[in-house]
Amino acid sequence: MGIPQLLVHDHEDNVGVVVVEDLKAGTEMLCVVTHDNSDFRLTAKADIPIGHKVALKDLAEGDTVIKYGEDIGRMTGSAEKGGHVHTQNCKTKRW
Amino acid sequence: MALDFSTATVNAWRRENGRVGVRNHVLILPVDDISNAACEAVANNVKGTLVIPHAYGRLQFGEDLELHFRTIIGTGANPNVAAVVVIGIEPEWTKIIVDGIAKTGKPVQGFSIEQKGDLETIRQASWKAKEFVHWATELQKEECPVSDLWVSTKCGESDTTTGLSSCPTVGNMYDKLLPHGIYGCFGETSEITGAEHICEKRAATPEAAAKFKKIWQAYTDDVIEAFKTNDLSDSQPTKGNILGGLTTIEEKALGNLEKIGKTSTYIDAMGPAVAPEKGPGLYFMDTSSAAAECVTLMAAAGYVIHTFPTGQGNVVGNPIVPVIKISGNPRTLRTMSEHIDVDVTGVLTREMTIDHAGDALIEMIMRTANGRHTAAEALGHREFSMTKLYRSA
Repeated sequence: MGIPQLLVHDHEDNVGVVVVEDLKAGTEMLCVVTHDNSDFRLTAKADIPIGHKVALKDLAEGDTVIKYGEDIGRMTGSAEKGGHVHTQNCKTKRW
Repeated sequence: MALDFSTATVNAWRRENGRVGVRNHVLILPVDDISNAACEAVANNVKGTLVIPHAYGRLQFGEDLELHFRTIIGTGANPNVAAVVVIGIEPEWTKIIVDGIAKTGKPVQGFSIEQKGDLETIRQASWKAKEFVHWATELQKEECPVSDLWVSTKCGESDTTTGLSSCPTVGNMYDKLLPHGIYGCFGETSEITGAEHICEKRAATPEAAAKFKKIWQAYTDDVIEAFKTNDLSDSQPTKGNILGGLTTIEEKALGNLEKIGKTSTYIDAMGPAVAPEKGPGLYFMDTSSAAAECVTLMAAAGYVIHTFPTGQGNVVGNPIVPVIKISGNPRTLRTMSEHIDVDVTGVLTREMTIDHAGDALIEMIMRTANGRHTAAEALGHREFSMTKLYRSA
């Protein structure tokens, strides 16, 4: 197995984290689920900075974002599968 | 070959009260802000001393004054300190600090400035400081079990890589060392927000869970709700966290809690700078999430080594406690490697397991205890920040 571009904490998660610098749109990413080291492929739909999140499936406004198998907030906009999820389309439910 | 932590030892100083210290400082400690100048002059006169100037100590009262005394006394009492010269403006509060530190059995002497002036105080205190330096530099290290170490943790400039690599590295270290009898400590009350329900479940007893929940709720009600002017989305997470890819406080909190590992549970939840009272094990401490304030409080509680995961690259250090930085962010290692002691970027490339990363951190804890200066020590980071609960009188 090569070096992954995306890591996902848990199988229940609907976002993963870019772990390489200079990821370009169109890259077919090697994605690894850290929970059990299983892997899959996903195409990045945007240039996404290291540390930022990628939608693992199409996410619509109002959807709950799951990471670590836990609720980390809700979508305030949409993101397509392979798209960038961050403050422009995701927010805490708390404040 | 796996390390055997039950028999591992380090060479360190066994203090009068039996505690183990990994540094051998002679402190020049001001009781209050206006005694900083005299303390700095003594430290300039006598080489091999360490002065800790700070901003407070006058007209404080109630719980805020108790915290001030606890922080100053705890700093002098820390086993990384061999002996202490205390200087205050007047004799009574100076005596409170001296008596508090003297309970450890270590040499401590107080001086007050009123009716003498700075110059005479500096003269007298310098003679005592020189005597302490001669005495402390002849103290011999001895072989001490790793289980005698008190190791605290707090993360800073977190990003999504801390939750994936450096925080679980600290968690792995605690899962391995706590069963052998070390003391551990985590805190950051505001940053548990979003994962408070998970933190509550990681208590060893219902009493510890209830104490944690009370501390967390009090912070939320008395500070967040009382003072917030917006929805806090721009403060927690911080701008640095957001640049690093963290979007919400829940996401940040879940990464933060990775520091207490998979199996460790905390046996008590305690106030800021309070020394643990229930024996070996993991403790939660009510602290700010600001790096220097948090490390200062944990050092004052008696912890002798601090483990500090960082993503975007926090540079914090402490005057008396070595702060070991751990990072898994390859950009941070590429752009500011001089601040990082343990490189766990291999966790992200899947070339290093969390188990191996935990072993690498334990090895660095032992090397640091044996005398290796951390990046923060080599670069002169000595941030000492008092926590203030409310305005002085």
